[in-house]
Amino acid sequence: MHEGDRRPFPLPSEIADVPGAERWSTMYAPFTRFQPEDDAKFWFCNATHFPEPLPAFDGISAEVAYTAIGANTARLFVFPATLGIEHRIVNGRVYLAANPVTDPDEIVRRLEVFQRRAGYYYEHWDRLYGEWKQRMQRAIDELEAIEVPELGEMDDEDVVTSGRGYASNHLVRERFHRCIDLYSIVWNHHIEFVMLAFGAYVVFSEFLTTAFPEIPEQAIARMVAGIDVVMYRPDEELKRLAALAVELGLDDLVTDDVEPAAVFAAIAGRGEAGQRWLAEWQTSSVPWFHVSTGDGLYHHHRSWRDDPRVPLAGMARYVERLRAGDDLRRPTDRLRAERDEVAAQYRALLSSEDERAAFDQMLGLCRTTFPYIEEHKFYCEHWFTTQFFAKLRDFGGLLARFGVLEDPEDVFQLQHYEIDQQLANVMLAWAAGSPPVGTDAVKATVAERKAMLEVLATWSAPPALGPVPEALNDPAVKLLWGITSQTVRRWAEAASDDDRVHGYAASPGVVEGVARVLASVNEIDRIETGEILVCPVTSPSWGPVFGKIKAAVSDSGGMMSHAAIVAREYGMPAVVGTGDATRRIRTGDRIRVDGDEGVVVLLS
Amino acid sequence: MHDAPTNLAVRLCDVGRDDVLLVGGKGASLGELVRLGLPVPAGFAVTTAAFRAARSALDPDGRTAGLLATLDPHDHQAVDAAMAPLRAALATCDLPPALEAAVRAHYRALPPSPAGGPLPVAVRSSATGEDGLDASFAGLQDTFLWVRHEDRLLDRLRACWASLYSVESVCYRLQRGIPEDDAAMAVVVQQMVDARSSGVLFTRSPSTGDRSVVAVEAAWGLGSAVVGGEVTPDAYTLSKVTGDVLRRHVSCKTRRHVPDPDGDGVRDEEVPAELQSAPALDDGELARLLELGRAVEAHYGVAQDVEWAVAAGAPQGEGLFLLQSRPETAWSKRQPPPVAAPKARAFDHVIEALGRP
Repeated sequence: MHEGDRRPFPLPSEIADVPGAERWSTMYAPFTRFQPEDDAKFWFCNATHFPEPLPAFDGISAEVAYTAIGANTARLFVFPATLGIEHRIVNGRVYLAANPVTDPDEIVRRLEVFQRRAGYYYEHWDRLYGEWKQRMQRAIDELEAIEVPELGEMDDEDVVTSGRGYASNHLVRERFHRCIDLYSIVWNHHIEFVMLAFGAYVVFSEFLTTAFPEIPEQAIARMVAGIDVVMYRPDEELKRLAALAVELGLDDLVTDDVEPAAVFAAIAGRGEAGQRWLAEWQTSSVPWFHVSTGDGLYHHHRSWRDDPRVPLAGMARYVERLRAGDDLRRPTDRLRAERDEVAAQYRALLSSEDERAAFDQMLGLCRTTFPYIEEHKFYCEHWFTTQFFAKLRDFGGLLARFGVLEDPEDVFQLQHYEIDQQLANVMLAWAAGSPPVGTDAVKATVAERKAMLEVLATWSAPPALGPVPEALNDPAVKLLWGITSQTVRRWAEAASDDDRVHGYAASPGVVEGVARVLASVNEIDRIETGEILVCPVTSPSWGPVFGKIKAAVSDSGGMMSHAAIVAREYGMPAVVGTGDATRRIRTGDRIRVDGDEGVVVLLS
Repeated sequence: MHDAPTNLAVRLCDVGRDDVLLVGGKGASLGELVRLGLPVPAGFAVTTAAFRAARSALDPDGRTAGLLATLDPHDHQAVDAAMAPLRAALATCDLPPALEAAVRAHYRALPPSPAGGPLPVAVRSSATGEDGLDASFAGLQDTFLWVRHEDRLLDRLRACWASLYSVESVCYRLQRGIPEDDAAMAVVVQQMVDARSSGVLFTRSPSTGDRSVVAVEAAWGLGSAVVGGEVTPDAYTLSKVTGDVLRRHVSCKTRRHVPDPDGDGVRDEEVPAELQSAPALDDGELARLLELGRAVEAHYGVAQDVEWAVAAGAPQGEGLFLLQSRPETAWSKRQPPPVAAPKARAFDHVIEALGRP
């Protein structure tokens, strides 16, 4: 409680700087700062997408995402009840507020526009979605083709003979800007279908919840879920390569105990079998190993291609299971039959033919639109985004070569506006024949920010700030974050509950066991069979771990998050979207995961 | 035709849902469950024909029925006084020799007591019109558990008959305008289940009316403690569709009803400390209950409330018995408006929903 009254959440102005990180605000653009008048609004922490403090560059993931989301909903499709989403950053965490439309006349006026525009997308969904994939592919191709200029001693002769007429330092900024622009475009495409697809899902879900007040959200998700969606592909490719390694007698070499380079060298040394396996690895890796080890919004979420330790660790687990005689294949026919059976049974339980006809319409629409929800992440957050950060590392390399940075990786400690300046610094230096100016100050800033990020990581961000609203029914907040008045009430109650961690009941069942808290997928080899996984968030990279654990708990994610979907498929309890499970649970703690109620109880 | 003297007592397995007039609502429902192949403790019913014969002998002119027509159903004292003679006469009458012989023969034909000695039975009232869709007589007539001797059984049979004329039963009939001529009492006699746990299952949620779930309430010992409200039972909600346990509330169950070791009947005792907060059912038993509940509901085509018990010491999966099934009455009367109707285009559902403020 705050200020002696009954407010469960602090006001933005009451948040103190974390000691040792007082200058955190230098990391982010001024427009992300809380203003005095923001105290009047309700803000929720977007721990779903930004569970860790944002490095300075990674603030762009919030900037472009919130440029795109509000523009798509409020200006492009003109959703009747939302004017957009605001974001602020405090102590490195991202908070959001919705600006709803409350005037009924205004909603009616907007509805007329929305009907036409959204109707067009729904009506032409298959064609538009097909074109969307091509647009995404073009953005990815263009990004991958971008080369950071070398800026050597002198430009190539053909710059002169082709009549281009400008030197390569010009291209530094142009290409950097193109990377930023492509990130913005991709985020616009990311949101292009997402609200409409979630809208179809939520309307179906509300219909079923009215007809069957006690239906679990998990059952609704199961009726809609795709079976052959790309999200499973990276993990399927690992299983395929693990099986091939066993078949070719190379399985003794598949290990995460030594450096990946040594593993590949050893396999290459096994003659024809080794060559064949390496060729298959290459086949799998484009595009499937462009999968991120996180959910793609942070620069340190590397792809499997960037960092093969993660897929090698996964494959090593699969090799063990193959040796133990496990069948690793996903029973897709059975899963599809189960999905259809669940839908058929709920349909039969409805009380009239009218309801059954409405059910068929809504489920049909969901099955059309939902593949987008499941697939867009691979194109956006995984493939494009890991390549985007990789490209930024190349610009970091240029800055490091010119002495602006110690290490290419340090580029992520600068805002993209600051990088713009430092690239100009390098462009000028190359043109002036002298070193860049003020590099010591840049290096000092980088060092200070790295230290601040470590301090900020210890801050326990309140789930919400400001006064609890009477009603919270912004469609974007509900569709994208699953946050409703009920959620806010749950947070307010949980604020005073110290041996229970609350989240979404993502997969049913109750088990007790020993917790293993993992900060990232790089640590998955620490998990022992029968432990309970507690982690910030999962992605396809975590796939191999689900064969060993008996329950899963995550800080972020909702009913359709990776952890939730995979846990349901494995039939193990899961509680996701807890906000702070990794902070409150320690490895070795005995916990009870109640996937029916969405609660984790700390036992000892 | 049901008055034929050969019809004084019948085995449960020889009757079904159409035999309410002969064996009462409970007897007919149990017979139907036996026909479905569901686990029901072996037993028989003393028929309404036997009851009518006994009543006619005691009240040959039907004076009681005539008297009732003149009574104010809200004047409990007057009703009680008017019924007392017939009640007392039924409770103490000499049974016709043919009936007594039939009851003794049926009792002796039941399976032997697993514990040796005389087989303990439950003697349960089964009135006509009871447990119908329109009127629930729940708990108005007497039931006697752990009856261990043949002579006691005959006493309890008479007591069940008499309970048709208890104040509560008579007033209930009067208030609902149930004709007195139709009121008759059969009595079900069944092998007693030595219940480790018992309770009720509802094939639609009693709290929300949701048809996609089965709600189960369970406590230690006999179901009488749950029905009597002396214990707050564990509450489970299971999905009919996925079979998952959706909600699981294990309560602290301090009391239970167990057979009285001194002889007939049951007594109330404290639940051992280590069991009080333990679940009264395991997941296998919940799954079996879900399966049985679905089978009963599918057979009747309407939601059912089902009483059940798990026998102590039975091998896994074999201890569950159904003790009664009756149509659910609270939700099935309502006619809620349809939740949704089809629209011109599927996406109109979404556009309309997103257009609401």
